[in-house]
Amino acid sequence: MAFYRPAPYQKPLAIVLLLAALALPSVLSAFGQEFYVGFATRVLIFALAASSLNLVLGFGGMFSLGHAAFFGAGAYVAAICMQAGISDALLAFPLAMLAAGLLALLVGALSLRTRGVYFIMITLAFAQMAYYLFVSARAWGGDDGLPLVGRMTLGGLSLSSDNALFFTALSALTAAIVFLGRLADARFGRTIQAIRENETRMEALGYPVFRYRLVCFALGGALAGLAGALLANLTGLASPNLLQWMQSGTLLVMVIIGGVGYLYGGVVGAVVLLCLEEVLSGFTLHWHIGLGVLLLGIVLFAPKGVAALFGKRDD
Amino acid sequence: MTEPLLDVRQLSRRFAAVDALKDVNFSVEAGEVHALIGPNGAGKTTFIHHVSGALQPDSGSVHFAGREVTRLAMHQRVAAGMARSYQITNVFLGLSALDNVALAVQGRQDAGSSFRFWQAARTEKRLFEEARSFLEQVGLAKRVETVAGNLAHGEQRALELAMALATQPQLLLLDEPMAGTGPEESARMVELIEHLARHVTILLVEHDMAAVFRLADRISVLVNGRLIATGTPEAVRADPEVRRAYLGDHL
Repeated sequence: MAFYRPAPYQKPLAIVLLLAALALPSVLSAFGQEFYVGFATRVLIFALAASSLNLVLGFGGMFSLGHAAFFGAGAYVAAICMQAGISDALLAFPLAMLAAGLLALLVGALSLRTRGVYFIMITLAFAQMAYYLFVSARAWGGDDGLPLVGRMTLGGLSLSSDNALFFTALSALTAAIVFLGRLADARFGRTIQAIRENETRMEALGYPVFRYRLVCFALGGALAGLAGALLANLTGLASPNLLQWMQSGTLLVMVIIGGVGYLYGGVVGAVVLLCLEEVLSGFTLHWHIGLGVLLLGIVLFAPKGVAALFGKRDD
Repeated sequence: MTEPLLDVRQLSRRFAAVDALKDVNFSVEAGEVHALIGPNGAGKTTFIHHVSGALQPDSGSVHFAGREVTRLAMHQRVAAGMARSYQITNVFLGLSALDNVALAVQGRQDAGSSFRFWQAARTEKRLFEEARSFLEQVGLAKRVETVAGNLAHGEQRALELAMALATQPQLLLLDEPMAGTGPEESARMVELIEHLARHVTILLVEHDMAAVFRLADRISVLVNGRLIATGTPEAVRADPEVRRAYLGDHL
């Protein structure tokens, strides 16, 4: 392994794509396809959620099968905030991140004492516990979920228009990617990447390995919480299904398609998977078959994921 | 008399029905090179694991620099001033020699927190300048940018040593630093350790008896998990029990 290093053309390419994304709502409305703004927002939100998992899995080397718990917790915090009359995202979103981060801190503190398949199973178990907790929580709608009465405002600016929410999600994703890109190069990023490769060696160099993993895990949880809060605004519902293990699986598939341990792995994976779902489900209900074929193809022919074509991690 | 830098008392550890270590009393005085020798399977590496904190003893205690460290985790013992090198080369093969050592420097207490999320580490000149100086000390000045996986075996052994040194230990635990090196590389390694011994206390586990007798101030002999002798090289060489159990084959 080596430390993550982006290819030289990655940054300009990302800026071009960001500009294209900024223009997207106007372009769509010019063609009378405003419906797709909501879809694009969904892609951005899942890109953020998958990127947060990629921090944990790709950079931290922790194969968590319970990441959706933090995603769903963020959605519920947003819905509960609305219920309690807190409709400003400037307060609700940080609260969602804080709650999801603290939940991740708790789950991580217990599960990071295990390794390998035990870690996978214990993260899965915690996520399922959270799922059943919300399913049985009557005050929060039980298995129907907790609906939001309308969308939040962002410091006085209403998010009720699809465009406003789109730009909010785009800003959140951009900020997260910039942060993760800096983090990968910073001391913390080098530390967790080295721990991913050889935790014993890092311990023998004096690093308190557990602490670094835990902070990485909690950061990933907090970012997933932000994505969840955005999704609750988009769909108007915090559903227990968001916490389910299938959702964790979807996020994992996105990261694997996109590129484990590549800065844009989560983004690329979310775009590919959701667009494929959108296109294929127009033809057939059995679109999962197409997805299976794609996954097979990627594992066989581009095992490092699509983003590996844009970033370097010379092993 | 001053207290020894490392003091291991009555250390015992069983693996299933085997006494891997049995009532081992062992000490390293500040400033000395203390070699631990013994046949294969005697428990030397197990002993190092217990000193460094990778394993916990069933009974007995480990004291280091005046405090008990028996229950401390490995990273805490490193912070207290104990560093080890591994018998099987254990470096980050995908990273350059410089990045390997820079990680070691960064892990040190006085290098500041590694919970820094924004500033690129490569802009921290101090880390890399220091890493460079440790690479120079072990003779790798010309291989700074080389990816560790492309270094020759002997160079990887030296890199391993540079990483241990970069933690600025009071005590260096060297687990067979000569393992797998050719005669030329061995000779250079002996010279290097001789040089290092002027600044740092060393506990040396080694099979190369020429190297051991040249470097060690004291030698201890471990056989079947029991310490059978400790003393100056001359005394150990002359010890009849040591000759019977181990050295007879070698001298």
